[in-house]
Amino acid sequence: MAGAATPEHAALLERFVAALVTKGVVSEAQIADQIARTSRASPETGARMVARAWTDPAYRALMLADGSAAAEAMGVSMAGMPPLGVLEDTPAVHHVVVCTLCSCYPRAVLGYPPGWFKSSSYRARMVREPRAVLAEWGTVLADGVALRVVDSTADYRWMVLPERPAGTEGWDAARLAAIVTRDALVGVALPRA
Amino acid sequence: MSDFAAGQRVRVKADFPETRGPCHIRTPHYLRGRTGVVERALGRFPNPEDLAFARPAPRRALYHVRFDQPALWQEGAVGDAVVVELFEHWLEPTGTAGQLEPAGTAGRLETI
Repeated sequence: MAGAATPEHAALLERFVAALVTKGVVSEAQIADQIARTSRASPETGARMVARAWTDPAYRALMLADGSAAAEAMGVSMAGMPPLGVLEDTPAVHHVVVCTLCSCYPRAVLGYPPGWFKSSSYRARMVREPRAVLAEWGTVLADGVALRVVDSTADYRWMVLPERPAGTEGWDAARLAAIVTRDALVGVALPRA
Repeated sequence: MSDFAAGQRVRVKADFPETRGPCHIRTPHYLRGRTGVVERALGRFPNPEDLAFARPAPRRALYHVRFDQPALWQEGAVGDAVVVELFEHWLEPTGTAGQLEPAGTAGRLETI
């Protein structure tokens, strides 16, 4: 984004930040800290949470009851972040997340949203023809699995807790985390052994 | 303002404040006037419709509400659903004004 900014944009941003600092809305240090936290966040955090939930029933229960607390338990600061909700896939239900109104995304545990998540076509189509969109990722649900599209419209941010795939028996959490991709955490893909 | 319970059927108000002036609405157009089922209460949050204009923003109850997917679009797989965060002031209980439910949605929603 920095490369696309014009001198006018940079000057406008500089004055806007200066005004916020003068008014006491935010400090330069807080802005720097937030940028650093956002840049550190990546889908690896969400993947580690899922892998732990697959191997630790108490952590799984915590994650489903309070996603923010589960993220904090993995060392992620959730201070000032929207509450995190965790959507539990079962043999009967698969979840996928979209934000039709903008691009709400659980940045604290997944990092920056990918471009396709913010695209108008994904946002329009995922509520209208979700199975067709999933098929374009090569994601076809087994017979009898219902699909729940979660439209992230307000104060929560949502991630999917997918089902642990067959063929991963005996794997440790690190090996399990490696198969939990960003796309699986959004629900457009399924983890594969 | 009503408190809604999990499992309760609710209708999203068929209101379009966009036609009356500047506003910031977190209720998608495709749900206006539609009937769904409350999944659970998510807590109370400052009303974004006020926050967006720097007005005092009273906290409003937010609900996860489930809608039958095929009934929304007249296409899609039976049993699929869309689940959406909606604020209490956009929801009204159904069945109290003698209004008909959309065809084909009653019963099936309960089985999801």
